[in-house]
Amino acid sequence: MFHFISSRFFQSIPVLLIVITATFFLVRAAPGGPFSAEKSVPPEVVKALEAQYRLDQSIWQQYTSYLVDLSRGELGPSFRYPGRTVNELIAAGLPVTAELAFYALLVAVFFGVSAGVYAGLKPNTIHDYLPMSVAMIGICMPSFLIGPLLVLLFGIELEWLPVSGWGSTPGDKILPTLTLGLGYAAFIARLSRGGIIEVMTQDYIRTAKAKGLPSRVIVLKHALRGGLIPVVAFLGPAFAGLLSGSFVVETIFQIPGLGRFYVQAAFNRDYTMILGTTVFFSALIVLFNLLSDIIAVWLNPKLRQQYRSNK
Amino acid sequence: MCDQKKFKITTINIFLLLIMLGSSSGCSRGESNVTTGNRNGILHFGNGTDPQELDPHIVTGIPEHHILTALLEGLVAKDPKTLEPIPGVAKEWRISKDKKIYTFTIRDDALWSNGDPLTAHDFVWSWWRALQPKLGNQYAYMLFPIRNSEAYTKGKIIDFSQVGVKALDDLTLVVTLENPTPYFLQLLDHYSMFPLHRATIEKFGKAHERGTLWTRPGNYVGNGPFTLKEWHLFKSIDVVKNPYYWDAKNVSLNGIKFHPIENVTTEERMFRLGQLHKTASIPIDKVQVYKTNKPHLLHTYPYLGNYFYRFNTKLPHLSDKRVRRALAMSIDRKQLTTSVTKGGETPAYTFTPPNTLGYNAKDGFSFDPAKARALMSEAGYPKGEGFPVTQLLYNTSEGHRKIAVAIQQMWKMHLGVDIVLSNQDWKVYLDSVNNGNYAIARAGWIGDYVDPNTFLDMWISKGGNNRTGWSDSRYDDLISKQAPVALDKVERYSIMADAEAILLEDMPVLPIYIYNSKSLVHPSLKGLQPNILDYVLYKNLTLDPALSKEKVN
Repeated sequence: MFHFISSRFFQSIPVLLIVITATFFLVRAAPGGPFSAEKSVPPEVVKALEAQYRLDQSIWQQYTSYLVDLSRGELGPSFRYPGRTVNELIAAGLPVTAELAFYALLVAVFFGVSAGVYAGLKPNTIHDYLPMSVAMIGICMPSFLIGPLLVLLFGIELEWLPVSGWGSTPGDKILPTLTLGLGYAAFIARLSRGGIIEVMTQDYIRTAKAKGLPSRVIVLKHALRGGLIPVVAFLGPAFAGLLSGSFVVETIFQIPGLGRFYVQAAFNRDYTMILGTTVFFSALIVLFNLLSDIIAVWLNPKLRQQYRSNK
Repeated sequence: MCDQKKFKITTINIFLLLIMLGSSSGCSRGESNVTTGNRNGILHFGNGTDPQELDPHIVTGIPEHHILTALLEGLVAKDPKTLEPIPGVAKEWRISKDKKIYTFTIRDDALWSNGDPLTAHDFVWSWWRALQPKLGNQYAYMLFPIRNSEAYTKGKIIDFSQVGVKALDDLTLVVTLENPTPYFLQLLDHYSMFPLHRATIEKFGKAHERGTLWTRPGNYVGNGPFTLKEWHLFKSIDVVKNPYYWDAKNVSLNGIKFHPIENVTTEERMFRLGQLHKTASIPIDKVQVYKTNKPHLLHTYPYLGNYFYRFNTKLPHLSDKRVRRALAMSIDRKQLTTSVTKGGETPAYTFTPPNTLGYNAKDGFSFDPAKARALMSEAGYPKGEGFPVTQLLYNTSEGHRKIAVAIQQMWKMHLGVDIVLSNQDWKVYLDSVNNGNYAIARAGWIGDYVDPNTFLDMWISKGGNNRTGWSDSRYDDLISKQAPVALDKVERYSIMADAEAILLEDMPVLPIYIYNSKSLVHPSLKGLQPNILDYVLYKNLTLDPALSKEKVN
């Protein structure tokens, strides 16, 4: 296991380096700089600003000094927010986005696994078709549609729940969590349905049935563990996706998270912020993929065996 | 074993439900911001995007302007009704006969929010800082009417004492201008002219250093009616009443909470649920709904800005002014503003918005398709034959697209010309327009101050904002030489009008409509005065708790 983890860890370093390099040169190749504006900026001002952000150096110098700063954990000052460093901005937005993503993941797993297992135990019956059709609709409906619909119903018409903010009015976390989580719930429902159907045909389940175990025990103790492997494998990337993909939900619900600024940074040509957030999210994605691989190996005796024999 | 598992699953279910429903203590919605705010005297102000910074020598935006005018105050302020200057930090001022020397008397009760006295020396230091090239102040040009300030910031003069700003004593500030500049007083309540507290800025870094910690809550020292209390990144900025403000007894609000809300749809929803007293804007498709159903909530007023298209006059077919005029004359602006933009905009037939502090230019053209067709024939394109396919560029936005499509159809219908639409991301679009890589490009312009000069001096030959390739020596002479030395307003406005007539005759730009400011205002907020700058004097505002329950949804 240690060998597996360490080899995956070292594989991720070149991946990150490629991401950093590609992003660094791509943002600089994009037309329009961070200081271009509708009102023309006098050349002496542009010069002063460029000097301040080291843009007057050659691109290789900029690249190497960025890498040196990065190795110290410094992501540099933001272009859009002159008084803030990218580290500070990420630190301000991340807890909110992480909390939102975490709740959304809980919602997704709870609704997704319940619906998927329920459907998978009685495949090709109405108990399967109904939840799976709902899930299909859930996958197809983007969050920019679900969000406003939920807001219209629970916020504006029924006036039950707040429509904006995060932790400032009671209950304001419910609608964003549902909006972000439901799409993933639908996906997880389909994954777990597939997993359960496959597992239920396995020999060891038949053995369990033959031994006369009650079906509840068969499902909870034996089938779930194997049937949910695809779900677990999906959770890592899903959490990273929730973190980096919360842009729409954060915009709809006016949530002070990181997702919004990730996208805005690109529009603003905020070089350091684009780089900083990209590096940060890439590291997260690599990390969560690694975690879900580890859990998958731990859950799946076949894979465990494989790694043992490889050693 | 089975029971244990069941117990575990049930616990997880309950835990999940608790998180879902009780993530912030219950499902019922609390009291609205408006109700609480009215009781406590806190104004909830929708403020567009998140402020970049709170250093007035660094920022460039309107949301920043809203916050900075609460935290700082210039020598003069504006009467929100007439926009004429009213006393601010200066209790009075004298203007010399040649209109080049302004002597301001600073009020002796002017204090900083930490209790320090505010003196004329503070202005000298602040304007010195505003002109430091290293600081990269994009609005340094607001100070350029002051003698030698431009030369100083461009490094042609090293000695700041040659710049026309002197403190004769603690309470007397003398400003010497390059030329008589009738709108000079109008500039003084722009944030780039506000005084800054030297000791605070120097405590946290060098004077010309960007982004030091002096603008953070707890550090910020200002002289405005409010002082910075909290700054929650991306969430809100809270300011509270400044007890040291010279006119504190006339400030009715106890504080303002600025909400940065970029999405106008979200902002409108928040307004409907009583989370805001005033929005920054309103979704275009909602304007008509409010006009019909709740007109008392909708505040619209012409705004000091215009929507127009630039022509690239370097292109052979667009270098002919007959073609440019024909294109301008075949747009039905009334139809465009009533059926496409629908926000109550005013059709534009001049470049400077009408009634800019008493200035009204003569209409340069009218909607006249027959005459437009005749001009096109004269130029060699009868019924559009032989007219090259021309690109109309706009920055990506649904609103700009709709307008471009409508204009494309009008041109096809009236002139028979083929236009292709092209949209680019904002920064790419800016790059294209700056480098002349366009044929016709959408643009907008918001005046920096209330004077026709802010709309006309951009079209001089070397103007950084011209970008059309157009130049006319008569125009340059009127704007750069004659207007600045005109002694009275009538003479000056007449020179400006002559210049604008040349601009509209040659038409390197095609005016489309005058913007209007649009916002939603809760009935409990009183004292807002409509004006073309959408200027708010916070000390005039009051909140009426009796109207908290007014229905806005």
